[in-house]
Parts: sequence; C-alpha cells; structure tokens
Amino acid sequence: MGQYRYTLGTQTYQFSSLAELMAKASPQRSGDRLAGVIASSAQERAVAQMTLAEVPLKTFLNEVLVPYESDEVTRLIIDEHDLLAFSYISHLTVGDFRNWLLSDYATPAILSVVQKGITPEMAAAVCKIMRNQDLILVAKKCHVTSAFRNTIGLPGHLSTRLQPNHPTDDINGIAACMLDGLLYGNGDAVIGINPATDNVAQAIKLMRLMDDVIQKYEIPTQSCVLTHVTNTIECIEAGAPVDLVFQSIGGTEATNSSFGFNLNTLAEAQDAALSLNRGTVGNNVMYFETGQGSSLSANAHHGLDQQTCEARAYAVARKFNPLLVNTVVGFIGPEYLYDGKEITRAGLEDHFCGKLLGVPMGCDVCYTNHAEADQNDMDDLLTLLGVAGCSFVMGIPGSDDIMLNYQTTSFHDALYVRRVLGSRPAPEFEKWLTKMKIMEDASNTILSDTLPPAFAQSLKALQGGL
Amino acid sequence: MVSFFSKGNAQGDAKKNSKLVTESSTDIPVEKASEQGNVIHNPWRDLRQFTDARIGLGRAGISLPTAEMLAFQLSHAQARDAVSFPLNTDELCQKLSTIEILKPLSPVIHLQSQANDRTTYLQRPDLGRKLDESARQSLVNFMDKRDISSKAQYDLAIVVVDGLSSLAVQSNALPFMTHLFELLEEDKHSWNIAPMTVVKEGRVAVGDDIGELLNAQAVIVLIGERPGLSSPDSLGLYLTWSPKTGLNDASRNCISNIRPAGLPYTEAAQRALYLLTEAHKLKLSGVNLKDRTQDDVIEHQQSTKNFLISD
Repeated sequence: MGQYRYTLGTQTYQFSSLAELMAKASPQRSGDRLAGVIASSAQERAVAQMTLAEVPLKTFLNEVLVPYESDEVTRLIIDEHDLLAFSYISHLTVGDFRNWLLSDYATPAILSVVQKGITPEMAAAVCKIMRNQDLILVAKKCHVTSAFRNTIGLPGHLSTRLQPNHPTDDINGIAACMLDGLLYGNGDAVIGINPATDNVAQAIKLMRLMDDVIQKYEIPTQSCVLTHVTNTIECIEAGAPVDLVFQSIGGTEATNSSFGFNLNTLAEAQDAALSLNRGTVGNNVMYFETGQGSSLSANAHHGLDQQTCEARAYAVARKFNPLLVNTVVGFIGPEYLYDGKEITRAGLEDHFCGKLLGVPMGCDVCYTNHAEADQNDMDDLLTLLGVAGCSFVMGIPGSDDIMLNYQTTSFHDALYVRRVLGSRPAPEFEKWLTKMKIMEDASNTILSDTLPPAFAQSLKALQGGL
Repeated sequence: MVSFFSKGNAQGDAKKNSKLVTESSTDIPVEKASEQGNVIHNPWRDLRQFTDARIGLGRAGISLPTAEMLAFQLSHAQARDAVSFPLNTDELCQKLSTIEILKPLSPVIHLQSQANDRTTYLQRPDLGRKLDESARQSLVNFMDKRDISSKAQYDLAIVVVDGLSSLAVQSNALPFMTHLFELLEEDKHSWNIAPMTVVKEGRVAVGDDIGELLNAQAVIVLIGERPGLSSPDSLGLYLTWSPKTGLNDASRNCISNIRPAGLPYTEAAQRALYLLTEAHKLKLSGVNLKDRTQDDVIEHQQSTKNFLISD
C-alpha cells in the first residue's frame, strides 16, 4: 500500500493509505471523529487536502478502499467502470479534476458522457477539496432526468415527495395529509409513506389507499410504501399495485447485509416491478434512500470516512436506474453531523456526488431535536440545494413528521423555493395542478384561493361536512 | 393568539382577499392590510380530527402565517429544552420516597456514564454506553456490602437513564413504575428487585453493565427518547435478559412512546409484564421474543376506505 507525503516547511506529513488521506482531507464532522478517522488538527486537514489534490485519478482504480474480493460494491464499481468515458479525464489529478469540472469545457453534455468514467471515490475525493459554491456550480451542470408517470429532474424544476406519515397508519389521517399536500401543489416526485407497522399486509393496504387516490383524481404521480425490499417483492407477488420499490442502501456490502439485502435482491425487485409495467412516461421503478453515517452505525465502514462511504452508495443506486434517490441528511443525529453547518455541507456534498455520478438526487433537508440546528439552517440548505438544481425535496405538513419524530421541509417550503428561484413542478404534474384548479397561475406559483371543486366534493361527503 | 387560527367554518369559504401584488403593478389594490392579516385559511383544517399532523395551516402568500410559525418555534423550543435540561435526580428520588409501592427501589444508586457533559454525550454515544470508573466501583461496593440474608439473585434491576429527554424521565418514569409495580405485586411470581439506579448522560446499553454488576437476571432501562416536536416527553423501555457488557439491540425488547398522550402507563405496564414473564419463561429477550400483544391490530382493519375515495 502506497504512502502519501507532503512537506510543509520543515515538517513532513505522512498518510499511510489512500483511505486515511481521504478521511483526513474531509471537512470536519462529528461522525468521522466518532470513527477515529478525523484529522488531528485543522492544519493536518488542510495539508491532507493539498496532498489529495496531487493524487492522479488513475490511483483510485488501482488502490481500492474496500477489498475487491470481499465487497460486492467494490466489484460493481471496478467491473462496470467505463474506460472510454474515463479517457476524457484519465490524465488528471484530483486537483486538476476540480479545475476541469469548474471549467467551461465541462458542459452538461460532456458531463453526461464522462459520468460512467467517474467512480464514487473520485467524486468523493474531488468533493473534499471543493467549497460549497463549487459543489453548487458543478451540480447545476449535471442534468439527470428520470421518469415514471411524470418527469423528474429537468433543469429549472423542483419536485417534492409528499410524505403523509401517521403514527398508527390511520387511513383517514394519511388521506388528510395527502389532501393537504396536493392542495399545496406537492407530491410530484412520489407520494411515499413510511409505515408505522412494517409488514406485508400493512404495506399492501397503504399501497391500495394511495393507488385509489391517484386513480380517482388521475394524478400524474407515483406511490411508494417505504418498506423493506423483500416485503415489496412479496407485495408484487400478492398482486398489490406497486409503483416504486424502496430500499435504504449503503456504500459497502456489509452495510447492505446489515440492512438485509444484496445486489441480487435489488435486481430481483427491479425485475418484478418492471414486469408490472405501470409507468406511463418512463420505467424508472426504484426509490433509494441514503445518508452519511449509515455504514459507521452498522460498523461496516472499513475505516473509511462517512462521505466516501456515502458516495459509494450512489454506485449501488445508479446500477438500478432509480426514479429517485435521496440523502436523508440530518436524520441520523448529531453523533454523525453535529450542527447546521455540518448538515448543510453534507447535503451539498451528497447532492453533488450523486449528480456527478448520474443519480437523480434529491435531499431530505432535515434535522432532529438533539442536533444543533433549527428551521433557519433548513431554510439555508433548502435554498442552496434549490440553486444547485436538486431534483426533489420532502414535503410534509408544517415540517413536523409526527411518525418519525424529526423535522423536514414543509409543503410551504417547496412553494417558497419555487417562488424565489422560479423552479417548477414536474411538467405533467404542473398541468394537473392547473386542470384541477389547485394552482391559479402555476408559472408564478400562485395557488387558487378557493377550494378546488373535485376536492370540495370529497370534503362535503364527510359526515357533517366542512 | 387563537384569533389567528381559522376554525374552518361550515360554508367552506376560503377567504378571497390578498391578491398577489406584483412589482410591475401600478394599480396596487387598496384592499386594506386586512383585519385577517392577509392570511388565507384552509377549510380542510377540520381534518385534524383524523391526525395530529400540522395540516390546514393556512398561508400568508405561500408562507406560514405568523401564529403558526411561532407555534412551531415554541414546540421546537420545548423539545430543545427537553434535550438540554439536566435530569433533576434529587427531585426524582424525593418523589420516589413518597410512593409506598416503590419502596423496594430505595436506596437509589446514582451513577454517571463516561460522557461527562452534554456536548460529549451528544457526539459520543459510545461513551454514554459505558459506566465511568467511580460508578462501577460504587456498584461493586454495594454488592460487597449486601446482607448475607438477602444475597439471592435479583430477578430484575431497574435503570433510569436521562437519555435524550430529561423531561420524559422526570414526568413519566415514576407514574409508569407505579403501574408496573402494582402488576408485579399481584403476579404469582415473587419478584426480587434490585435498588433503582439513576444514570446521567447515559444510553440504553449502559443498563448491560449495571445489570451484570448487580448480577440481575433481567434489566429494564427507562430512558428519555429522542424528543419529537409534538412529543418532547416520550419515555422508552428496553428489556434485556441476562444483561452483560457488549450486547446489542438484537438482544432487547422495546416499548416506545410511554407518556399520557402516547402509550398510556397502564397499557405500557401490561406489555412490560408480558415481556418480563415471557423472558423469564424462555430465558431470553430480543428478536426471538415476539411481542404478540399487538398481532390482531392490523387484521381487523383491512379497509382502505377514506373520505378522499368515499363515493
């Protein structure tokens, strides 16, 4: 294993492996401190970044961070690496790669060609030496679109996952949140429920609920119950109306084993969902969630820093052509991302790495009550991600998820970003919002002041009326 | 403050004031910055009968109305305080001493984890799982000094841990234990219970160390759960059979959200007794000990009928 050295004045810094160099070059965060891989001083971090900038990109193909023999994610990364696409950038160091990405040569068209030549480790490495504005600027140039019943990720568009969770999966409680979200113009990325009771029977019930609503109101969107991939396979076998297959994924085989699946499981699930042929404008049937710290919390990080593990998860994602991938950035807690500053940085890193690798990246802009963060931090990250061209964010009533006990972006927040940045919902969904008289002027994000007729009727049917 | 809230009246009429004023407009509507503060109310707010979610908040433009924004800030402030306020152990012990049925739990043993302040605690869960050296020593001393006559092995040790919400422990630990002890007293098995331990800056697994040092057959950890915005006072219960250092969550059974507005004390105590009895019978806890008290819940409600698809 190679040694990495850097001489600064009279002092020589040594890093015994590429993994150590990557970890020490990472901007400070609590999870790397918890793992014991963090730089011992601010100066060591800065020197590690300078050392990393001199590492040729080719090195990442020869010095793998997790052994090829024992990790199927490493095998996926190496075996499917596209040398032809890589040839555009194969002569560059990490530092040169940053310059190239920022340069006017790296157009959206070129970036989409080079994408398959970039490994997650290359993306992670360059990310560590980029400032927040660099992460935003380059991510905005990476156009990744996906489609099922609508089209996600077109430039100038921002979609939302409507997340109508309820602590006991109460059917009317979930329906009430769906109505609230739809009337606030949310739900084009997916209507996705985290079930409180996680089993096959419950998942099928929730899928039917969402499918009934989508069909009755002819909503150009898709539904998903965020249950384990093996449950969803069983749902499909039982004839349930499955639009998207969900799974939480990580960047090492051991992480994914701890989640109870492997790459074959995902392939089987993807085939099963494709066989239903339920998409109308596209066939991206997978929905993945990720988040920095998941490998460490499963003790499956192989001594790597958490941002590098996270980037490797996107190799797993891109293999299965997902409709949606989102990093649940602040959910894991302050032992991994301590405060608003660390959460913001991680959100921008994950979005950048995902987009650079060609993944339809969204972000659950969120925090828990034991993190040093608040709504202002979320406003900042949401705005930055909106500028960076993030594919989608979450939408829940009043930012308060009463089932998962954390705060994420609200239906109102999505409208705020659309107003200040002029971003639009998925085009098919926007047409529906106008047709249903939910939006009075969709292009300016102006909601109708009166209750849309189709929904007024349903509310009237409630006992006692409204 | 209540006056800002719409009651969602019977006519279902969303207010038709406050058209958007565009910058290019020279013809600025003279509608007064109205008595409503230009808030558009949502007639579907009454659907809150079905959920505690913050639906039907209304809007000022497309933003949160002032009252709703401030109400949220208050909830967040309460949750933050629940995390940062230290557990008042003196008050807890004083109250404990006034409850007759909880007498077997005294004298309380006070312990500290290896995380010695809140900032460290939040960033280093590994330290919160371990007892500090003086805490370990006080348990060793306690065991050494026990009367010969009472040296039968404890059936159960109860460990109260501040966790992420001191509020949860302060408000719910004693009422819950009172219910549990009423059930234990009526139980056919006669439970030999260790004195209660209280741990500051602790995580769930700290109960493993304590149970092992007290040589208890089982340990119940009562801990403040991660506070939610609408539930800053959620108490969690973790049962571990044959506790020893190094176990993981697969060896535990959990009862979550114990609080008046969540899982009521009586029901939580019944479930705890069920788990204790099963653990005692099977000599194990965790993934192989299934809580079957909930099994019928899903089966008897398969309909997906709801107001959105009622016709």
